[in-house]
Amino acid sequence: MNQISQVAYQVMWNRLISVVEEQAQALVRTAFSTSVREAGDLSAGVYNDQGEMLAQAVTGTPGHVNAMADAVGHFIRRIGRDNMYEGDVYITNDPWEGTGHLHDITVVTPSFYQSQLIGFFACTAHIVDIGGRGFGADANSVYEEGLYIPIMKFAERGSVDQTLIKLIRGNVREPDQLVGDVYALETCNEVGHRRLIDMLSEFNLSNLDGISRFIMENSRAATLARINALTPGTADGHMRIDGYTNPIDLHVKLSIEQDRMHCDWEGTSGLDKKGINVPLVYTKAYTCYALKCAIAPDIPNNAASLAPFEITAPENSIVNAVHPAPVALRHVIGHMVPDTVYDALDKLLPNTVPAEGAGSLCNFQVSLRPRSDEDAPEDAVRSEVLTFNSGGSGARPTLDGMNATAFPSGVMTMPVEATEQVGPVIIWRKELRQDSGGGGQYRGGLGQHMEVGAREGHEFDIQAMFDRVDHPARGRRGGHNGAPTTIAQDDGTPMQGKGKQFVPHGRKVIMAFPGGAGYGEPASRSKQQVCSDLANGYISKQMAIDTYGLSSAEASDVLQRSKNGDSI
Amino acid sequence: MSENQIRLGVDIGGTFTDVVLETPDNSYSTKVLTTYAAPEDAILTGIDKVCSLGGVNPASVEQMIHGTTLATNALIERRGAKTALVTTSGFRDVMEMRTESRFEQYDLNLTLPTPLLPRNRRYVLPERMDARGEVLIPLERPAIEQLADELAAANYESIAIGLLHSYVNDAHEKMIRDVFTERMPEVMLSLSSEVSPQMREYERFNTTVANAYIKPLMKSYLSRLEGRLRESGITCPVFLMHSGGGIISLENAAEFPVRLVESGPAGGAVFAADVAARHGLENVLSFDMGGTTAKICLIKNQTPKTARVFEVARTYRFKKGSGMPISIPVIDMVEIGAGGGSLAHVDAMNQIRVGPESAGSEPGPACYGRGGKHAAVTDADLTLGKLDPDNFAGGTIPLNKADSEAALQCDIGSQLGMDANESAWGVAEVVDENMANAARVHAVENGEDLSQYTMIAFGGAAPLHAARLCQKLGIERCLVPQGAGVGSAIGFLRAPFSFESNRTVFMKLTAFEPERIKQLFTEMEEEATTFVRACDATADILKDHKIYMRYAGQGWEIPVPLTTDEARTPNVDTYTERFETTYRTLFGRSVEGMEIEVTVWSVNAYTTPLASEKLLQQPAPENVQTQTTRALFDSATGKSIDAAVHSRTALAAGNQVAGPAIITEDETTVIVPSDRFARVLTDNTVEVAVKGESR
Repeated sequence: MNQISQVAYQVMWNRLISVVEEQAQALVRTAFSTSVREAGDLSAGVYNDQGEMLAQAVTGTPGHVNAMADAVGHFIRRIGRDNMYEGDVYITNDPWEGTGHLHDITVVTPSFYQSQLIGFFACTAHIVDIGGRGFGADANSVYEEGLYIPIMKFAERGSVDQTLIKLIRGNVREPDQLVGDVYALETCNEVGHRRLIDMLSEFNLSNLDGISRFIMENSRAATLARINALTPGTADGHMRIDGYTNPIDLHVKLSIEQDRMHCDWEGTSGLDKKGINVPLVYTKAYTCYALKCAIAPDIPNNAASLAPFEITAPENSIVNAVHPAPVALRHVIGHMVPDTVYDALDKLLPNTVPAEGAGSLCNFQVSLRPRSDEDAPEDAVRSEVLTFNSGGSGARPTLDGMNATAFPSGVMTMPVEATEQVGPVIIWRKELRQDSGGGGQYRGGLGQHMEVGAREGHEFDIQAMFDRVDHPARGRRGGHNGAPTTIAQDDGTPMQGKGKQFVPHGRKVIMAFPGGAGYGEPASRSKQQVCSDLANGYISKQMAIDTYGLSSAEASDVLQRSKNGDSI
Repeated sequence: MSENQIRLGVDIGGTFTDVVLETPDNSYSTKVLTTYAAPEDAILTGIDKVCSLGGVNPASVEQMIHGTTLATNALIERRGAKTALVTTSGFRDVMEMRTESRFEQYDLNLTLPTPLLPRNRRYVLPERMDARGEVLIPLERPAIEQLADELAAANYESIAIGLLHSYVNDAHEKMIRDVFTERMPEVMLSLSSEVSPQMREYERFNTTVANAYIKPLMKSYLSRLEGRLRESGITCPVFLMHSGGGIISLENAAEFPVRLVESGPAGGAVFAADVAARHGLENVLSFDMGGTTAKICLIKNQTPKTARVFEVARTYRFKKGSGMPISIPVIDMVEIGAGGGSLAHVDAMNQIRVGPESAGSEPGPACYGRGGKHAAVTDADLTLGKLDPDNFAGGTIPLNKADSEAALQCDIGSQLGMDANESAWGVAEVVDENMANAARVHAVENGEDLSQYTMIAFGGAAPLHAARLCQKLGIERCLVPQGAGVGSAIGFLRAPFSFESNRTVFMKLTAFEPERIKQLFTEMEEEATTFVRACDATADILKDHKIYMRYAGQGWEIPVPLTTDEARTPNVDTYTERFETTYRTLFGRSVEGMEIEVTVWSVNAYTTPLASEKLLQQPAPENVQTQTTRALFDSATGKSIDAAVHSRTALAAGNQVAGPAIITEDETTVIVPSDRFARVLTDNTVEVAVKGESR
């Protein structure tokens, strides 16, 4: 490679990353599902003609990382190169060849320049409904989870397959929304393609070969340098979580070797009967994400930077579910993968990874309808409302955990005022949960309280998707556990952490989402930080005394000063 | 506003306070160092200077327009008053929980921005409205009284009141204000239903708290300033530039100081809009590049684009989400960490990275010789021959090229196997590419094609990079106006009195309510007009109507302009047609069979801006030559070439120089690459355009 082209390649790599960010932005702007437009549950990427990913937008979903990297290869294989034409658009929601459940639609568009196939654009979005039983864990097989779209052409030479559109429309609860989202996906690839062509003509190139090589060589070298700087070794990680009916054990063996890191999930529990099973591609994504955060956070995702991370799992374990296992809520288990990996990595690479956190997002869907026990008011309506919420993240080796902040997922919550505009739901409470962060030299992040009801005249089903009811986040190096999830109705009626449950007229659901665990002995926490936590109500007086050894008199003094609005 | 007035424009920036005096036939400007402890001192020094330059008695100044970074800085540096928030029970932590996401996905040691108020300064009252503005839990007076006593005992100077759904029904917020005013009349209050009556509680509460937080400081500063001006015999009215690019009265500014945030950059955009008007340009990309950041803004039909929300005080590499959202009408610009002082390094992938870390003015780039050891953009510019080491900043800062080369060699070249010159090329290309990417993304988000645009470049570093940026963006023509160094302050003097009023009211077009719309627009027109009237008792007031629309179910609204007639006699077919046309422009196609809804309604009231002087016919071009040349590296071709060096003061209107050329002046240098020529226009603007273009 000569020197002149090196500067040009520098510029082009930058440009490709900007192209995919723009592609993702176009999707957010045009999407209909709240999960995409408010929460950012999507991804977008550009590929060379071999289907190798060159750049991926940094969006809210690590779960799409490897899935996206692999997806285009499946499309090339299924569609066939000879069968690809300008103006084609391909689609699938295959959990095993896409991104892990039927609710993610992946759209791939071949990019032609001067009549040659030079690469691909792909994007994925989480849509709110795909028919079937609805978004939840209750299905017994993938057939019950909704409409399945195999890898196929959505459009050929610019003409959209109207039969497919009719099939989609006839099988989902919100057909306008879904078809609108598919067009949004198609539009965003088109935006990316146009920008890529601009770049090629500006640099007077006819294909992506040179820039592909440049990206791959540099990314591979950078990733291997990071891996080879670590001390080789092997360690086991384990975490037990709630599961649906029976607890689930996640086991991983992590080895650091020359030029590669390997994670094997041997020993992990088998499939669950309900829809919380995880296709391997999703397990790979979160395993890889956890490792990259710890050792190579600044290296962008592409085929070469992901390749040195090898992930295997026994078939029909819960982290390698094969067809036709139900997989709709694969995120509940998948979000627990990083904490399990860190249990192992901490033994090889101390002082790097956080203590366990809330892990999976604390999402729920509410299906509201006019009350059935008595006459409902005339303006009572039916409505589906999905919300994304977060517990606390685990404390870090030198920092507290983050309060009510998602990890490993990166999606956003929806504003309460926006949620209440969608349907007759009332969120009565959404605020930080005192004492839920595990004690430690560094405190776990706080979880949150939420209380949900319906407007007068409505009753509802709540579809719960919570873990850590029986298995709270565990502390590291003497740090204490975070608080567990709790859920009940306001009259004390107990509720389950997972599954669809009826809530009668006038009742509210009272939820408390889990806190992150602490790091290091609480006795080592600075008194200043303990007092500040107490003043801000992150911890109670009782916890300040019991866990951190503050004297009762000191605690009372802090509370008095806090009442005066002093900063402490 | 009359064109024959004597007027002052004053811009307090981070380093300099710029003062511009305009008399009916001339204009004078000066830069003095900002005096942080008492910012009014620098203003008075500056006014003395320009008045003596112009031979004007300060008492005869008829109007002063002021913009300042003080509000922004108070937020960034957390220097506000002891402030409390009163909110709905169950929602104490909205401003701390934000969007519950991480703005940087791969950093395990991410630190979230600290909320403006710690938790013990956030109080709750039992009350609740629903999304339709109906009361779910009534607010009881005794509860307010009890809280008032508690707040009084804690000696708060300022209180923000932000309740859920108050953008639909503000009754409870007003009730709290009434009781608080009775019980603690000296405490300053800010209501979310007045500061920012828009849906989305995080943005609204945060904006209200920001307003409350800086209110005592800004009120005291503004009244001190007024006093000092009076003492100096300046008795004219003083107005403030706001973030939306218009002017409001001093009293309104003191009440809603959050509207002053980013008023300096807003002035820059107004400056560019005025240049656009003078040159009769419809589509302009304004490019303002200083020491630390570059700001890019789209100006259509001589009006800067506005938005309803922006982010201030980003804590993490200018990353989206790492600052605090402020929802007020604001000139829509992208700001990225790319300036003359931005530092360059090589990352793990052997990629050159530039910024957002900046060498600032102390120690400054390596070539300043003030202890800076790392390579900055200015070092690259010097190495490539864009800057003259002996004539930087009018010769006041001598630059050392050897130091630049050493720093580039060390920070870049040694790792990539490049010499200093090639390293400099790489750094310049990367920073230009970063800015070009920001401009492209901004344009695409607005559905615009930049190849139809003219660039207007100002700020010290912009003319050095403008032509390369134009090449990358496919822009054929760039203007570098005179007075670029004090552009914002000049912009203040071109801004109209204006106020934008916004309301969130959801309305599906299938449930179109013409009467309600009429009433809504009437109310907002009245509110906006009242603000403008407070500044000017007689001027004609114009009104622009705009609604934000989307397909029901989407999360992003797009702004749809309406004519006055369309606003006053609402018609559902017209609204539908307007939306679909705008949507197609942005995203290529409209979506069949989807319901359309309006979310936000807006009225902007403003006085007619001073008519910009249209340019006279340009004299016939006359090519000028010079014997002075310098080696200049041409980034487009990757070759070093001989460039003619001209002094801007020596060039007269009509003079034309062919690229490659360098035009030097005290505050900046204009680079003219080989594919372009430069021409001086009658207003002393330098035009840089593609050769073979004739206009």
